[in-house]
Amino acid sequence: MSATGHSIDELVGNFELLGDWESRFAYLIDLGKELTPFDPVDRCDQNRVHGCQAQVWLKIESVDDGRINIVADSDAFIVKGLIVVLLAIYSGKTSEEVLAIDGQAQLDRLQLASHLSPTRKNGLYAMVQRVRELAELEKAI
Amino acid sequence: MSVIDASIREDFPVLTQEVNGHPLVYFDNAATTQKPRTVLEAVQRYYEHDNANVHRGIHELSNRATAAYEAARERVAQFINAPDRADVIFTRGTTESINLVAATWGDANLQTGDVILLTEMEHHSNLVPWQLLAHRTGAELRFIPVTGDEGVLDLANIDTLLEGVKILALTHISNALGTINPVRDLCSTAKAIGALCLVDAAQSAGHLPLDVQAIGCDFLACSGHKLCGPTGIGVLYAQSHLQKVMPPYQGGGEMISKVEFQVSEFNVPPHRFEAGTPNIAGAVGLHAALDYLDGIGLQAIGQHSFELAHYAKERLAEFDGIRFFGPTTEHAGVVSFVLPEVHALDLATMADQQGVAIRIGHHCTQPLHEKFGVPATARASFYCYNTRDEVDFFIEVMQKIIKLIR
Repeated sequence: MSATGHSIDELVGNFELLGDWESRFAYLIDLGKELTPFDPVDRCDQNRVHGCQAQVWLKIESVDDGRINIVADSDAFIVKGLIVVLLAIYSGKTSEEVLAIDGQAQLDRLQLASHLSPTRKNGLYAMVQRVRELAELEKAI
Repeated sequence: MSVIDASIREDFPVLTQEVNGHPLVYFDNAATTQKPRTVLEAVQRYYEHDNANVHRGIHELSNRATAAYEAARERVAQFINAPDRADVIFTRGTTESINLVAATWGDANLQTGDVILLTEMEHHSNLVPWQLLAHRTGAELRFIPVTGDEGVLDLANIDTLLEGVKILALTHISNALGTINPVRDLCSTAKAIGALCLVDAAQSAGHLPLDVQAIGCDFLACSGHKLCGPTGIGVLYAQSHLQKVMPPYQGGGEMISKVEFQVSEFNVPPHRFEAGTPNIAGAVGLHAALDYLDGIGLQAIGQHSFELAHYAKERLAEFDGIRFFGPTTEHAGVVSFVLPEVHALDLATMADQQGVAIRIGHHCTQPLHEKFGVPATARASFYCYNTRDEVDFFIEVMQKIIKLIR
């Protein structure tokens, strides 16, 4: 369960119920609105994830009992929605669990690929990479 | 009203398709244009009948390929009113044309303290090659500023800016703003102090009649693919007297007259600058594209794109808080904007769901966007085959998207 309170199974289930692109994007945008925006000070270069066409910031909020709580923000709504999906997959897991997850396979379960351009998929990949790097760092501590 | 009839859409096979269940609305013409059937057929015919390597061949096919390639050079010279076909160097596109000038003329002629004058609205392709040159030679980069959102050049201090300038390189039409720069006046002002002038015509070639002699430039660069021609073929117009003293760009076949193990003698221009087997089919396709555009008329094409952009701006002004970038009156067929609370990426992603292709981002003019304080703008850019109906559909699509987001 991530900071926004969604599990990936729940999100996949909801996406399956949605038919056309409009309802899928409307749902994604609504999910994005649940994210708490970063303070301006956290919208910094250090937290910036490059490779997305929108601006994305991502950081570790806290580590409880080895479980890494991740938070992220963006200036685009669809990206914020995708961040909620990403956090549902990765946040609140231990670094071992994060590194064991097949992120691509989880994202594929949403069947969003046909709606997302390859450039954006690269952006998602950049976010996944950042999460994995942070998990590697945590593991090394 | 435009003199171009919507029936010309039938000349473009790609436009007949549906994207995501909607008829394709292609508004990304500043990035690349679609190709008419005559261009596709010319390329196909060349490969089916005449394909061979050019120059020095003795056989029939090589003669035909050489004739076709050189006829394309002649046609380009005519299209831009170059005094001589030898003034036309074929390249891969505008980017390579500018890199060629920076690497050959630039390396041979610039030194520490010399100034390269650009503008703040340059595409990265007319900025980065000069940055590299400045780094190699110690020359200094200077920029003609752009006024606020209306995006025109601020020429108030042009005389001061021109001090010590060896070359002025500027865009004819801004890809991000649609601004049409006064290249003729600026070339004449720059030449008065002995500077050379390069015009980046990537966005103007195929959109308005070009006349290098009237403009008075020393170099002019443009791309085939932005004027209905194939990708991978472009043009550098360079005055013959400059070509004669410019060192070679790349080494290889075609560009030499005599090769020994230690040294070589180089071919005469323009062949000196066309190392290796050139893009012959590209040149043939470009030739067909120029014929196609002249058949419609460049004045008419420019007017048509301007009218569509003007109409699009009128319609887009219906959206509260929209911020336009670019001139309000005279401009090319480009509309750039941002909407409050709607990221350009969200807009373009959902527009694509309805078959509308627009571009978002910094449009390869990152420093300009930094200046405007926006990370990304949305851009719709028009060409001869676009229609008012398509603009109306785009507006409907935008209304739907904004409803979804807000």
